[in-house]
Amino acid sequence: MSGYLAKRLLGAIPTLIGVSLLTFLFIRLIPGDVIAARLGTSTALDPEELASLRAYFGLDQPLPVQYWNWLTSLLRGDFGYSIRTGRPVLVEIAERLPATLELAAAATLIAVAIGLPLGLLSAMRPHSRLDMAARIGGLVGLSLPSFWLGTLIIVLFSLYLRWLPNTGGYVDFVRDPLANLALLLFPAITLGVALAAATMRMTRSAMLDVLGADYVRTAAAKGLGPGLIVRRHVLKNGLIVVVTLLGIQVGQLLGGAVVVEEIFSIPGVGRMLLTAIVQRDYALVQGGVLVIAVLFVMVNIVVDLLYGYLDPRIRLA
Amino acid sequence: MATWIPESASRSSAAAGRSFGLTGILAAVAREPVALLGLVLVVSYVAIALFVSFLPLRDPLQLSTQRLAAPSAEFPFGTDALGRDLLSRVLYGSRLSIEVAVLSVAIATMIGGTLGLVAGYLGGVADLVIGRVMDVFFAFPAILLALGIVAALGPDPRNVIIAIAVVYTPIFARVVRGPVLALKERDFVEAARAIGATQTRIVARHIVPNLLSTLIVQVSLALSWAVLTEGALSFLGLSAQPPAPSWGVMLNEGRQYLEFATHLAIFPGLAIMIAVLGFNLLGDGLRDALDPQRR
Repeated sequence: MSGYLAKRLLGAIPTLIGVSLLTFLFIRLIPGDVIAARLGTSTALDPEELASLRAYFGLDQPLPVQYWNWLTSLLRGDFGYSIRTGRPVLVEIAERLPATLELAAAATLIAVAIGLPLGLLSAMRPHSRLDMAARIGGLVGLSLPSFWLGTLIIVLFSLYLRWLPNTGGYVDFVRDPLANLALLLFPAITLGVALAAATMRMTRSAMLDVLGADYVRTAAAKGLGPGLIVRRHVLKNGLIVVVTLLGIQVGQLLGGAVVVEEIFSIPGVGRMLLTAIVQRDYALVQGGVLVIAVLFVMVNIVVDLLYGYLDPRIRLA
Repeated sequence: MATWIPESASRSSAAAGRSFGLTGILAAVAREPVALLGLVLVVSYVAIALFVSFLPLRDPLQLSTQRLAAPSAEFPFGTDALGRDLLSRVLYGSRLSIEVAVLSVAIATMIGGTLGLVAGYLGGVADLVIGRVMDVFFAFPAILLALGIVAALGPDPRNVIIAIAVVYTPIFARVVRGPVLALKERDFVEAARAIGATQTRIVARHIVPNLLSTLIVQVSLALSWAVLTEGALSFLGLSAQPPAPSWGVMLNEGRQYLEFATHLAIFPGLAIMIAVLGFNLLGDGLRDALDPQRR
């Protein structure tokens, strides 16, 4: 197992180097100057001052040198400084990561709590009324744009029912747990609905596959009750597939969070990145993208480890 | 929004290796009620986009003094803050949405499909290089990749097309590569090789036709994601700019007036959802119809 983990972590390195190179080049090749963006257009700066600013941020050096410098500082844990705010990139990210991670975790929780039981019930009574309703609900849920759902939720709960302040935002959990959860609920639902629908569909089809397997028929022939069959044979085998597919989707949540952060004014990593790209804040974009890519790759590795744990037949080597 | 990655991207294409002509695919759709409903939605959506200028509608850009009017006989969907007819704007909005979706998915299908074909058929170094490069793109959450590209290139529907195409190219490459690997070992390909068919002929006559059913399912699901993503990006102000009739833009503009005019939030969103649902139903139904194991 540890050998496998090491292999996977090493295997992720070329991908992450690719990510860093791509981000580095992309943000530099697009039009728009970072120093001009920082200073705004109002002040006409004399060329000498501009040059000294460029030198200060190391932007006067050839691209390969800049990339090499960035990469070697990364290895020392130095992500550089935001050109816009002058603060360390790592601090900027660390301040915003909790909101995004919390949102993604809550959305996953909601998705699993709704999707898993519904998918299971659906599969146990295929073509029943519940099954039909769940399947239609699943397709509608997948087709529901989160920015629309979020808007409707705001209309309903803050404008009509006045349950919520319509400002949104984020409160640190440690400072005020109740306020934190209250503000989190609706964004998490908005983000979680599509995943709940996807989870329901994955669970249903995985369970249906298992329910049709020979060993389930054997168990029934031995006289095992349906409850026992589901618990002992169906759930575990069906869950393997669900966990794998869910893992892929949870990684995607990190991206989908941007839209929800925007609607509910949550200061998360996604929104930070969006602003940073528009402002050409090179170091912040590079650092932010790399952190998200690392998280994303990690989620995928954890999923594979879980897969091996759930199914001992899969030898991780 | 599309926080989910298209399911079929992670699922092996079970339909691989079975050949369905276009008529076969149409017949399969007719047998599957879900696919048929999806087809009806998709066709009406395309028809509206193509023929909207022939409908007896007000100009979607024409202002009037009746601002934020609720839905009525005169304005079935009501009017927006500038007194423009929302029904007309929503129907015209289908144009931009379908244009972006079709072009981006077409580009991704062509480039990604070709890459997958090359990687799967040639194997070796080509497969390794293509696989490695695609891995880099897979290391980004899909919507974030699209968003980043558009934020960097600038807010414009053309850049949205590029962004969605970039996100979907590796997905198509992966979806095509698997079946190609299986197909090239099949007896009929072996036989073609034995009688001296050229590589080009084998690929064109024996491999590509057998990918059709896999591709058509994937294209349908990709279109649903593209419509959803275009909506999200224009909602965030990164696609078409006002006063263009775009669903995402309308929804965003309507946000300020939610208290007095809820209809501004309802109709454009509903339009996006129905379009996305149509492609999802079609793709889903097609997958069931074309895959004998799932029937």
